[in-house]
Amino acid sequence: MTFEYSPAPESTAIVDIKSDYNLFIDGKFVPSKGGKRFATINPANEKVLAKVTQATAADVDRAVKAATDAYRKTWSKLSGAERGKYLFRIARILQERAREFAVLETMDNGKPIRETRDTDIPLAAAHFFYHAGWADKLEHAGLGPQPKSHGVVGQIIPWNFPLLMLAWKIAPALATGNTVVLKPAETTPLTALLFAEVCQQADLPKGVVNIITGDGATGAAIVNHPGIHKIAFTGSTEVGKLIAKSVASTKKALTLELGGKGANIVFEDAPIDETVEGIINGIYFNQGHVCCAGSRLLVQENIKEELLAKLKRRMSMIRVGDPLDKNTDLGAINSQAQLMKIRELAESGDAEGAERWSPECSLPEKGFWFPPTFFTGVSQAHRIAREEIFGPVLSVITFRTPSEAIEKANNTPYGLSAGIWTDKGSRILWSAQQLKAGVIWANTFNKFDPASPFGGYKESGWGREGGRHGLAAYLKGDFA
Amino acid sequence: MRIDVKKTYKLFIGGQFPRSESGRSYEILDSKGNFLANPAQASRKDLREAVVAARNVSEKWSSASAFNRSQILYRVAEIMEGRSEQFVSEIVAQEGLSRAQALKQVSEAIDLWVWYAGWCDKIATIYGATNPVSGSFYNFTTPEPVGVVATFISGDSSLSDIVHGIAPVLAGGNVVVAIANEEFPLSAVTLAEVLATSDLPAGVVNILTGKSSELAPWVGSHMDIDGVDGSGLDLTAYEDLRKEGAENLKRINRFTSVKSPQRVLSFMENKTVWHPIGI
Repeated sequence: MTFEYSPAPESTAIVDIKSDYNLFIDGKFVPSKGGKRFATINPANEKVLAKVTQATAADVDRAVKAATDAYRKTWSKLSGAERGKYLFRIARILQERAREFAVLETMDNGKPIRETRDTDIPLAAAHFFYHAGWADKLEHAGLGPQPKSHGVVGQIIPWNFPLLMLAWKIAPALATGNTVVLKPAETTPLTALLFAEVCQQADLPKGVVNIITGDGATGAAIVNHPGIHKIAFTGSTEVGKLIAKSVASTKKALTLELGGKGANIVFEDAPIDETVEGIINGIYFNQGHVCCAGSRLLVQENIKEELLAKLKRRMSMIRVGDPLDKNTDLGAINSQAQLMKIRELAESGDAEGAERWSPECSLPEKGFWFPPTFFTGVSQAHRIAREEIFGPVLSVITFRTPSEAIEKANNTPYGLSAGIWTDKGSRILWSAQQLKAGVIWANTFNKFDPASPFGGYKESGWGREGGRHGLAAYLKGDFA
Repeated sequence: MRIDVKKTYKLFIGGQFPRSESGRSYEILDSKGNFLANPAQASRKDLREAVVAARNVSEKWSSASAFNRSQILYRVAEIMEGRSEQFVSEIVAQEGLSRAQALKQVSEAIDLWVWYAGWCDKIATIYGATNPVSGSFYNFTTPEPVGVVATFISGDSSLSDIVHGIAPVLAGGNVVVAIANEEFPLSAVTLAEVLATSDLPAGVVNILTGKSSELAPWVGSHMDIDGVDGSGLDLTAYEDLRKEGAENLKRINRFTSVKSPQRVLSFMENKTVWHPIGI
């Protein structure tokens, strides 16, 4: 069965993209000292959207200086209640300009407008709103009577949820009284630069938020800058370990939000239609560019055929294509490099003997695309069962007993997320207890909320973001 | 005249008291410079054995009820109280303190076990949460043990620091490989004898004596150690261990001798569970 849809593209008239962007330092957009420009493209059509600046070590130094001055002279002198009001203002402006942000995010990232409009941007605004209310209640955060801010925080964020990750980083940092130097990902800098305008509209004191663009070299300059007191990084486990090593002999605090290889466990008594929706949401949401994706489907052996038949039927209805089309489910892969990585890992699945399946779907000629895919016949030793693919590729593994499911689920150095599908309450709680993962979704998947702590066990990272627990990342308690 | 029966100070691994597999020991002098003892000098292999022993019992200990763990930690205090005389004389010999000062230390150390024992079944109540998320979901967060924790005992005072190094880690449901203070190892070995008779399952605490600087790099690079309390290491050794430990992102902390629930929480990991609400 195929549904016919007429195109329903969201208008891009609402966004005003400049041809070139400078760096946002000390409340103003300023040119780099010696940095070159590089292009950011729309991954759905490979057209250049704008040129942004490769910030140099000298630029990082300027940004840190601005953040240090702002911390000393203004931000640390404001009461929590007053700091909170700035965060409330930012939340409101994000809501007011939500559609503009959604369209811009979709253009720069390649993710469907349905997701930026309904998930990324509303959650980003909610994150500022939630943390605004914490700013004057930090003595209740469970870190002792007088928790203190770190000072200048360096933040490096990924390309999969650009504005949302910015909100996860900046909102708690400001609420707790720190000032910020943030670097958005190389391929998705535009919403962070638009956020700089929001800071200006909110009249945020200059230097409290500094946004500098660039690649890994800029990130390394932030990590190694002696004027920075705390680093918060979201990205790959590989880079996270490098950062952990490079701050090992400093006093810098560090939180890390890294990779995952989430197990989505389906027991024989699971409500099957809801489970299929959950599997789809778990791995094909955001093109699978999700650190907590349910990328390993662990299905009880006796329901495998039935589940896969339903999954295939549902997957054949996934609409892949123009991210700006309101009916699109699966957008563009964020970059050529990521597409190559997904292809390489999928090919390793073929080579190691797993069986690939994708629904028939026509992919656009321009841009970076990968169809929704799953592999069956996957063994625990296969690369596609062990390595994070960060794409719309699901590895299907079977189990016979609940204990075997848990053992397989935990058989990974990662520990970010897991899913449980069953109608039996006691089994949900037992599984949740056994799973070594920071976020467990039972009979649901990929839900996020500013009140809910998010973060991983083991090599998925250090610390939490969101909720009361997330505040600990930005405060020194009675023990630091 | 009766000749004393002196104690052989050995390692504590998996509930047993072996010598080092390396056959090594090192000499400890008392505060006046006289020979005191030849405790074992643990090797890399001893460390690995200790980690295996700890890992094997990790699930049993972490899944014991918090009330049960609490009672066992309290039991340690009970047994220690009965042995205070031995701890006092060892502290006097090792550190050259007066008997009164030594007794004060022992009393503090026993009371510290009682204090941490009480945290076992409170930590999740106070530091867990139910989170009011949007949408029809029930959402809660609960702290869980990280697993196997190696702890380098600092030497500010030989006995309280041993308890600070071990008790909070146990209270959170972790299993422990403790590396005794190099200078003052005797109290640690005697504590091992207390632990061996306190209903603590074998392997939940393992105690190694020897050279911290020799063992630290192996602790840092061991892929089956989840957390490290580096309080007993000098700064350079601690920083080196943090570099090594980055390889599997161990949870690495160091503390001053302050009692705080943060010491328990430092080796716990928050787990958040979501479930839809519906009829």
